[in-house]
Amino acid sequence: MEIYWLLGIPLTGSIFLGLWGSRRHAPEINAAFGLLTLLAAAFLTFRIIDQGPMIVGAGWFFIDSFNVFLVTLTAFVAFTTALFSRPYMRIEAEHGKLNTQRLRLYHSSYQIFIGAMLLALTTNNMGILWVAMEAATLATVLLVSLYRTPASLEAAWKYFILCGVGIALALFGTILLYFAAEKILGSGGTALLWTHLNDVKAQLEPTVMQLAFVFLLVGYGTKIGLAPLHSWLPDAHAEGPTPVSAVLSGLLLNVALYAVIRSKVLVDGALGNNMAGSLMMGFGLLSVVLATLLIRRQTDVKRMFAYSSIEHMGLITFAFGMGGAVANFAALLHMTLHSLTKSAIFFTVGHATQKTGTQLMTDIRGLIKTNPTLGWGLMLGTVAILGMPPFGVFASEFLIITTAMHEQPWATPLLLLALGVAFASIFGKVQPMVFGETELPKLPYQPALTPVFLHLGLVLMLGLYIPPYLAVWYRQAAQLLGG
Amino acid sequence: MHPAYHLQLINLLAALLLLISFAMLAQRRVAGLITLFAWQGTALAASTALVAWSTGQHHLYYSAAITLTLKVIAMPWYFYRIVKKLDVNRVVEPMINIPTTMLIGIVLVIFSFNLALPISEMSGTVMRSTLGIALATVLLAFLMMITRTKAIPQVIGFLAMENGLFFAATSATYGMPLVVELGVALDVLVAVFVLGIFIFQIRETFDSLDLKHMEKLKER
Repeated sequence: MEIYWLLGIPLTGSIFLGLWGSRRHAPEINAAFGLLTLLAAAFLTFRIIDQGPMIVGAGWFFIDSFNVFLVTLTAFVAFTTALFSRPYMRIEAEHGKLNTQRLRLYHSSYQIFIGAMLLALTTNNMGILWVAMEAATLATVLLVSLYRTPASLEAAWKYFILCGVGIALALFGTILLYFAAEKILGSGGTALLWTHLNDVKAQLEPTVMQLAFVFLLVGYGTKIGLAPLHSWLPDAHAEGPTPVSAVLSGLLLNVALYAVIRSKVLVDGALGNNMAGSLMMGFGLLSVVLATLLIRRQTDVKRMFAYSSIEHMGLITFAFGMGGAVANFAALLHMTLHSLTKSAIFFTVGHATQKTGTQLMTDIRGLIKTNPTLGWGLMLGTVAILGMPPFGVFASEFLIITTAMHEQPWATPLLLLALGVAFASIFGKVQPMVFGETELPKLPYQPALTPVFLHLGLVLMLGLYIPPYLAVWYRQAAQLLGG
Repeated sequence: MHPAYHLQLINLLAALLLLISFAMLAQRRVAGLITLFAWQGTALAASTALVAWSTGQHHLYYSAAITLTLKVIAMPWYFYRIVKKLDVNRVVEPMINIPTTMLIGIVLVIFSFNLALPISEMSGTVMRSTLGIALATVLLAFLMMITRTKAIPQVIGFLAMENGLFFAATSATYGMPLVVELGVALDVLVAVFVLGIFIFQIRETFDSLDLKHMEKLKER
């Protein structure tokens, strides 16, 4: 039952806000729908913890410990981002960057986007998963170009075309998957259900599955931002409104990765070797290395953190590629932490750029002098994402690297070097932004920093202490993935 | 009808699909491109309906009907309207000259047939031999997207790719489950709608639909 609430609330929200989204209280209504979705997700989670994995709605939806944790994470970050966007978008409108029409579009698309991601996570049908991923892309295309500046239009076009091509390849992969499944399960709607496929995965034709996975990985990989198909990601993150950057980076990339992992489980079963894992390790490592090299050259603060997202998604893909209980556990943990930390960083960056009126890092200076909490938020967020203890990212990165030393020793020096370079470049650039000299006055309004410290608090907590039920949950999920 | 005849007819339509893909690569005018796209949709819808009739797979009739309404009637009409409204029907030179593009296209076709061979051997459908053509259509459309620098040709390339994918689904497995096919059709429709809005935004901002103006965001 909860599942229908979970998907129904964002849908209702989008229709409601599509009709009345230009009203004065639309941002509050947006946040209220976010809260309701979060509540539905929480109920669903309790149900799963209580009763274990379940198939709902005549096989259409499948919830297990792996996707339920992503559902909660998605609903949570969607809610906090709506809280952040409440004052943020109001001020953007006051600065004349938006009119009420575009605000309506923004609120309505935001809800569709959240709904599409939740559908992608909960559906049991690999075809519907594809449809939902495409819907999530389409919902955000017009959000990236919301400001209608030349640069934002270019970014949105690139986003549309590249992700469109990518997702078309994923559709071909899905067709091949259906082709392999049809032989065993017979034609019709049930042949694409993941639970059915998972039961017969050992009988699926290996050559077809191999080809299918290559297409699925490249297709959804474009969406994850894996190199060399990542070039839409920094543009879309830098040119779109900051709340959109936060949800793209924190949520959409996770959902695309989720699609790849689900496919990987099937392919591993069919092939009986680690072809899928090796491919993922290759793409992951390439993304980590390439992203860290490019981080050094960035001048735009949102672009820099976008590249940092590519780096972290690469690291997670690499960890899932290695497989095994520990690596899967670490990757799941890292997915959670990256999403919380990166969205928190984007929130602070959003206010910082609003204050200076530019995204150039050389122009943002001395945040801590004028707005101490904002400055500390950015500093702590940066320290957290760079993997400093006691924040949680340290724990997950540590686990990934130590596993890599055991399993793939050749990759360890590359990973360590990349993390080192990323640390030096990001810290070196953020430090003057926070502590430098400035003559700018402080922000004339109260920045929305509650979500930032809420996220960072959670990241800190996960670094010091993982509650037992959460650990059990991650472990179950890691096992499901073949740990 | 004798079974061998409709099989030949399907193969003929498949060949037509491939031929139209090549014609698209060579077409310089936007309006001509839209007409070709409509013809490609017609060939796709006809072959899908033929397969539905000859094999008794009734859900394929719906698929054919969707293709006919969306890709032969609605979308070309919408694109013609945009072209007329924005007055962009001029001769456009692709980035790579046309003979070279054609040669690359031939290489792509050979590659697709090689890639599809092991799979089509496993398939049990009447039109398994056309899987290579389907893949070739996808890759040729991809090539067209790369070589064109204008907004509308890129969109048509994107949709031609979708045509190839639908054809692949029909030839390998008699189409995807109906729910999925409906979902895909809905996504494509929304995509075209979003693009329509988008094309007007680009025109408004840049005063042109040439994507050469949109090369500012690069790593320096």
